[in-house]
Parts: sequence; structure tokens; C-alpha cells
Amino acid sequence: MLPKLFFGYFAVVITVLSILVVTRRNPVHSVMWMLLLFFNLASMYLFLDAEFIAAIQVIVYAGAILVLFLFVVLLLNLREELKADRFIGSWPAGLIVAAAIMVSMVFAINSFVPGPMGTYSIDYIQKETYTKVLGEVLYTEYLFPFEIASLILLIAIIGAIVLAKKRMRS
Amino acid sequence: MVPLQWYLMLSAAVFTIGVFGFLTRRNIIIMFMSIELMLNAVNISLVSFSHYLQDLRGQILVFFIITVAAAEAAIGLAIIIALFRNKTTAHVDDMNEMKG
Repeated sequence: MLPKLFFGYFAVVITVLSILVVTRRNPVHSVMWMLLLFFNLASMYLFLDAEFIAAIQVIVYAGAILVLFLFVVLLLNLREELKADRFIGSWPAGLIVAAAIMVSMVFAINSFVPGPMGTYSIDYIQKETYTKVLGEVLYTEYLFPFEIASLILLIAIIGAIVLAKKRMRS
Repeated sequence: MVPLQWYLMLSAAVFTIGVFGFLTRRNIIIMFMSIELMLNAVNISLVSFSHYLQDLRGQILVFFIITVAAAEAAIGLAIIIALFRNKTTAHVDDMNEMKG
């Protein structure tokens, strides 16, 4: 009963916060609601026995990405945006497309059959400690994707500097 | 025990809200945040799969998604700043130089 109660809380709060994020007129308000959404997501990951992912969610998403969003919102002049229409004129079309995606996903979920179980049971993870097991998988089986991820971050750094740099007028 | 399907339904709901926001809003920051919302919906389903199938690979995948999301946010926001410097608007419909 208690897990269902917790899940109900998370489901309601996460859905309501997502709707608030996409419907607010002021982007700063959207960013703030999204901050709350990310904290709720992190606590739901804790609920799913994924402590490290919860920490990463708070540090990277709430701590880095959203602060970046806030900085950019503060750099832009949003006076005119606040007067413009909130949605496009043909927003029911977007609603229909989204509802169609939702319906097809609901059908897919209802006919979903889970695959075979993996070897990392809760008891095993508790015995070996979570971060150690995760690190072992990440640095042996997924070593090459991990290196590629570091390359992606390097490209992001260089790209962000090149794109946001002001051109010198000589 | 909460069934796996409930988590997948929550993930589908968040993804749908993200799609709706991306299609109907024209403020470029909010469109970008809708994309982040969709990425997070996928993360929810991956973590719940990882929990219910007792396999850590789902969580490894979440790592890579967060990495790519961070890179995407950095590049995308740099593009937004470059666009704003040239057009002084964050409204996507005003950016039609390429006549796409």
C-alpha cells in the first residue's frame, strides 16, 4: 500500500509540474517549476533504488543545465515575449498529435511483455555496494561508449565557445 | 509492489506533455525545455526497467543520456545566444531567413 501511495504522489506531482513547465508565459517561472520537477524526479529515482542516478540528476540537471538555462533567460530581453501569445494559433493540432502519441504508447505499454531478468538483483547490489557494481559495468562493458561520451563533451565545450563568441570587427 | 506499467504510463505522460509543449510553444527557451522534458521521460522508463528487470544497463544508458543532454544544452543555448544577438527575439516564427 505504502509504495503505491508514494508512486501516486510522484505521478501526480511530476505530471502537474510538467504541465506547468510547458504552459507558463514567463520562461523564468518555467525554469523554476522545472527545478522542482527535477528534484521530484531525483526522489523517484531513489524510490527505484538508483541512488547514483538520483545524485547525478540533482548535480547535473538541476545544478548545471538549469543554471545554464537561467543564465540564458537572464541574458535575453523577454519584455516582448511576455506580451506575445502563449501558444500558436493552431494549438489544437499540437494537442491532437500529442494525444495520438499518448494513445499509441498506452497500447504499446499494455501489450508489453518484459524480457528475461538480468543478474544484478537487489541482494547482490546490496552485498557489493551500488556504486562499485555500477562502476564495474561502466568501465568494463561500456568503456568505449564512455570514451565517446568524453569526446561528445569536448565537442560541446568547443562548439559552445565558437558559437557564443562575439566576432571581432577588424 | 507498484507494477512496471504504471511507471511506463507516467513516462509516456511526461513525454506527451513534452511533445505538446514543443509543438505549441514558440518561445525558443520553452521549446528547448520541452526537449529536456522528453529526455527525462525516457530516463524515467529506463530507470524503472533497470529496477524491475534487475539489470544495471538501463542506468548506464541514463548516464549517457544525461551526458548528451548536457552537451545539447550547452550547444543549444549557445545557438540561442547567437540567434538573439542577430535577431533580438526569442520567438521562433520571426526566424525565417532560410525560408524553410
